[in-house]
Amino acid sequence: MADTLDAPISAAVRPKPVLRAHLLPLGLFLAFALVPLVAHYGGEGYVLSIITRVMILGLAALSLDLILGFGALVSFGHAAFLGLGAYAVGILMAHGVEEAGPQLAVAVGGSALFALVTGAISLRTKGVYFIMITLAFGQMLYFLATSLSAYGGDDGLTLPTKSLVFGSDLLERGLVFYYLVLGCLVASYALCRSIVASRFGRVLRGTRENPVRMQAMGFDPLHYQLGAYVIAGALCGLAGFLLANQTEFVSPAYMTWQRSGELIVMVVLGGLGTLHGAIIGAAAFLILEELLSGVTEHWKMIFGPMLVLVVLFARGGILGLARGRSRD
Amino acid sequence: MTDAILRLERLHKAYGALKVTDDVSLAVEPGEFHAIIGPNGAGKTTLIHQISGLAPCDTGRILFDGGDVTRLPVHARVRRGLARSFQITSILPGFSVLENVALAVQARSGSSFRFFGDAAGETALNEAAAATLASVGLRGRAHVPAGQLSHGEKRQLEIALALATEPKLLLLDEPLAGTGHEEGARLIAMLRGLKGRYAIVLIEHDMDAVFSLADRVSVLVYGRIIATGTPEAIRANPEVRTAYLGEEAA
Amino acid sequence: MTTTLLFVQTLNGLQFGLILFLIAAGLTLVFGVMDFVNLAHGVQYMVGAYFAAAFTAYTGSFLYGLLLALPATLAFGLLLEVLVFRHLYDRDHLDQVLATFGIILFLNQGVKFVWGAAPLFVPVPDALSGSIQIMPGLLYPVYRLAIIGAGLGVAALLYVLVNHTRVGMLVRAGATNAPMVSALGVDIRRLFMVVFGFGAMLAGFAGGMVAPILSVEPGMGDNLLILAFVVIVIGGIGSIRGAFIAALLIGLVDTLGRGFAPALLRVVLDPGDASQTGRAVAPMLIYILMAAVLFFRPSGLFPVKR
Repeated sequence: MADTLDAPISAAVRPKPVLRAHLLPLGLFLAFALVPLVAHYGGEGYVLSIITRVMILGLAALSLDLILGFGALVSFGHAAFLGLGAYAVGILMAHGVEEAGPQLAVAVGGSALFALVTGAISLRTKGVYFIMITLAFGQMLYFLATSLSAYGGDDGLTLPTKSLVFGSDLLERGLVFYYLVLGCLVASYALCRSIVASRFGRVLRGTRENPVRMQAMGFDPLHYQLGAYVIAGALCGLAGFLLANQTEFVSPAYMTWQRSGELIVMVVLGGLGTLHGAIIGAAAFLILEELLSGVTEHWKMIFGPMLVLVVLFARGGILGLARGRSRD
Repeated sequence: MTDAILRLERLHKAYGALKVTDDVSLAVEPGEFHAIIGPNGAGKTTLIHQISGLAPCDTGRILFDGGDVTRLPVHARVRRGLARSFQITSILPGFSVLENVALAVQARSGSSFRFFGDAAGETALNEAAAATLASVGLRGRAHVPAGQLSHGEKRQLEIALALATEPKLLLLDEPLAGTGHEEGARLIAMLRGLKGRYAIVLIEHDMDAVFSLADRVSVLVYGRIIATGTPEAIRANPEVRTAYLGEEAA
Repeated sequence: MTTTLLFVQTLNGLQFGLILFLIAAGLTLVFGVMDFVNLAHGVQYMVGAYFAAAFTAYTGSFLYGLLLALPATLAFGLLLEVLVFRHLYDRDHLDQVLATFGIILFLNQGVKFVWGAAPLFVPVPDALSGSIQIMPGLLYPVYRLAIIGAGLGVAALLYVLVNHTRVGMLVRAGATNAPMVSALGVDIRRLFMVVFGFGAMLAGFAGGMVAPILSVEPGMGDNLLILAFVVIVIGGIGSIRGAFIAALLIGLVDTLGRGFAPALLRVVLDPGDASQTGRAVAPMLIYILMAAVLFFRPSGLFPVKR
């Protein structure tokens, strides 16, 4: 049934009610917001700690979904940005800079810069070569970190304190830190949502579907992929800053290739290319890890095959299963 | 005498010993409808790839609208006004028909490095896209996911996408390929409507379409242009008859 | 003294490179012929080491242990192929990466479950123990020379197999254009199984060979896997010759780099900085090498597919 030629075209473009599409993520953030209240009634410190970790890694996974789910860029070195953000805190602290402001600027800025340089090189390759080169850059950072004996080397560096906010130890307060992390997560999610729907995001999504066609329209795919790569790196650097503050410890173990692999697992587990799926995937991964490791120390023997089964039969991840069909 | 909008100077391309483009020179005037015909395997699509920038030529020059585009990437040539449609449909199946065209319009409307705002709701882009869709007869299918279009409709979309980039020259690679009689006739009528407004280089096997639409025809055989002229001259050319039309005459 | 050290490190680099080649050969074939990104190839190597250790302990002889480990690793590889991998050939690389990642998790934990987390001890066989004098002042372990010998022997065997047998021809054809080979009537499934099984056995053999000199422990294959991928990317995916040259190159660069980078840097930096920088740069050398190769030759040194 064709719409009439004089009906305004834009009116027909958005038939879905906006609220419903955001119901699940809103519910998710609300649940996160309520956790401290629920946790008050038992296991407080433990639950807060786990959920904080979920939110931080959820942020990291979210940033990866931007390039993996929306850009189809399989980056096997994304954990490098977690490490960069964390080490920004660690190194600055070691030199007496304990303020959150400069630490955050270096964490996010440094990650963005690393993403710009390595992205400009990596994005000239495709397919498995891209996977390998991103892996290589991640490994380079990892080895660099292990060799920095001044900052703990292989053993890592314990931080004297959480980052100071204008001289105050505000972040030492559990609830303050928790809601800071939640705030960062929600803000990043909103940013990513906006990006995906924007002009930039549309070009990125188009490039994922058909790069040749995008070129034939006059777009240089490299510019947009690089832009997304830098944003993703910066957001993951933020997650690294938060991670260092949560654990009060930085170590090269934050940026192993296995870590990068786990981030990919989180994104796919939740549902590739959905944004909130990445957060759900991080939650599922970490909570599953907690639960299973309580059952047996050999929980990876259960998790490994589970992952294989998800890949074989539930490719759309948790959100795909919830929708009753696999995402194409 | 107007300056040619597209000038190919002695293009060569070979894969090892196989010459796919053999010393091809051609000039297309602004507004001219120029068809390239030839038997299968003559290298027509490879020639289009070189003109559009998808494949590099080994030697030779390509001059477009006064500028040397020989080493420019595809997207840079498109921005200068050199658009093409693909022989094997290449659209964005997950986007709606309208969004496909709106994206092409977006490429010409200011920066796409905008991270805020709902691109799909931009009225100016959508209205320009709708107008282009109307000109190819797809306005009524604007909100259908492009992957669900019929084959002929996809061919129409291909042309719409090329038109939306505000080209000065259109490279059309077998737009009628695989279309049925009715859809084909619709496409031919639409192409006739475009005649004169853009320079058009058309590769086609449908001889009726070629001879009714073209101002001039070039014949490509084994990578080499063996004749260029008006449709009548080509029809009468004995070399062409033997090399190509001779098979068709039966 | 330094010349001796140079020689020793070169031999070590050669030995390391040949082990890498054994692992990379199977990987490049599987990737080249089946377009399958197999992250689990590293655990194949680990499983080979564990089987060799277990059978050696059971039979009391390293030779028997190694010989028994070969068919065991082959069977194990084929089991994985039938259960998991053959369902992934049609999937995109991301799916393959994830599924094989899951296999790594499972098997790294699995060996811990069966044999415990502590490294297993495999004694160097008496016949090959001790060192021999290669040059005045240079003593080199016999066993390491045996590894070099075995590695070169297998490389020669592979060369003959791939270039002078019918199966080898099919494999080479498959690496260039698998659908075409299938269209020509070859049972591509069987070919895949042969390629996969043989690659697994090579990796397992490598694992068995290093068992007496390296720690047989969970995760021993993980970092080698990454290096093997670097090897096949540099060498050109699908090319055995490329894998051989790239593996030796990487083995030498890595070993010599780690050994001599601090010393070389002392030319421009003071000893403290040289040592620090040397230790930082050495492990990165291979990745820098890979990035450089990809920059100039995006398809590797000896690309098989056009």
